[in-house]
Amino acid sequence: MNRPFGMLAELTYGCPLHCPYCSNPLDLADYREELTTAEWQRVLTEARALGVLQLHLSGGEPLQRRDLEELVASARDLGLYTNLITSSLGLSPRRAERLKTAGLDHVQISIQADEPDLSDRIAGTPSYARKIEAARLVKELDWPLTMNVVVHRHNIDRIGRILDLAEELGADRIELANTQYYGWAWRNRAALMPSRAQLEQAEAVVRAARQRLDGKMEIIYVIPDYYSQYPKPCMGGWGQRQLTVTPNGGVLPCPAAHTLDLPRATVREHSLQWVWEESPLFRRFRGTEWMPDPCRSCDRREVDFGGCRCQAFQLTGDAARTDPVCHLSPDHRVVAEAVQAANEGAEQGEEDLIPRVRTVRRA
Amino acid sequence: MSTTVLSTNRPRLARQVRLQWDPVRKQQVLLAPEGVLVLNQTGATILGLCDGERTVVEIVEDLRGRYSHVAGDEVREFLARLVTKRLVELGDE
Repeated sequence: MNRPFGMLAELTYGCPLHCPYCSNPLDLADYREELTTAEWQRVLTEARALGVLQLHLSGGEPLQRRDLEELVASARDLGLYTNLITSSLGLSPRRAERLKTAGLDHVQISIQADEPDLSDRIAGTPSYARKIEAARLVKELDWPLTMNVVVHRHNIDRIGRILDLAEELGADRIELANTQYYGWAWRNRAALMPSRAQLEQAEAVVRAARQRLDGKMEIIYVIPDYYSQYPKPCMGGWGQRQLTVTPNGGVLPCPAAHTLDLPRATVREHSLQWVWEESPLFRRFRGTEWMPDPCRSCDRREVDFGGCRCQAFQLTGDAARTDPVCHLSPDHRVVAEAVQAANEGAEQGEEDLIPRVRTVRRA
Repeated sequence: MSTTVLSTNRPRLARQVRLQWDPVRKQQVLLAPEGVLVLNQTGATILGLCDGERTVVEIVEDLRGRYSHVAGDEVREFLARLVTKRLVELGDE
């Protein structure tokens, strides 16, 4: 059995932003019983023993956890490489200094657009100016900086200017990730999905920027899978390389897998090792045995692993079917129809986006 | 873009990169933002020598003292791949 390389630690689903493409679950209130500092420290120790080397501290907004510095310090002591994935709201100079001292390795700041008003509208709260300030602070403290941008119909035409902004801020990397339709993004799919013409334009801009910025800024561009011929190799395979721990201790093969009708697994009842190796949840779609046709006999079964189980469930009601994004899937029609609607249907505007609700943390 | 590594370069690990022993896998690993590279013994030895002081020629000489059949070209190609991935930086000639 493979050992995991990365763990996504969703420390809290509390967040000051209301992005309509948030991948957090819709039932945020179910996650208020958050793990304590000591529980997270136990999870980090077990994760390292299992093989995890990359720790992604995320949420919600991980800075809302007052014990973030303590968790970073514990992770570094264990030899984990620590990445903070943040809106940056709450990253005061004092807090940043403390995280630096704790040994935080890398900071990723989300921006919604290059333009303050649009960025604030998408985030659902005034935040652009603070993000820019925080990005400069991260560079002053000599951290590697990644800018994270979720790409959709309302900002995709601005990718060139977003790249200029990242360059001006001195970002080492930028991740331009087309929206994946889970959580709140699934609810907003019709209003978020770009048209084919928008995508082609964006891809040309990215190609040119990659040439221009080669060696200076790494550009990661995640294509929108609805427009691809084959599905994404979701998480590098179910239970192969990555795991996610949710704020209340649930363990998942991917952050969206809470949507599936599978037995739960939680660090409050089991060790991380048991969950990874033995739990019915992690064993369910590991490897290729579970695959139906056309995956079972496909040459690409070890390339894309049948695509995404959560997307298969969402689009067909059966998590064990081929990801309908694949053009070979018997259910591909449902994807083709959504794409057609994004290109020919009545155009949805920004005003059609439903913002993510606020959630209250229990201390 | 292909990177050319010269014999006179003094390679060093990029600032944000850590080379460390993984007691779980019992192998050296290179850790970077969003990336893990599990190294074989030769790769780990090469990177351990990339201190920004030694030149590529000196690194190859050092390797020849430890292993038989060390090809300078292969060492330079290995380093060039890591430079492209921004894991290694080339110091002044």
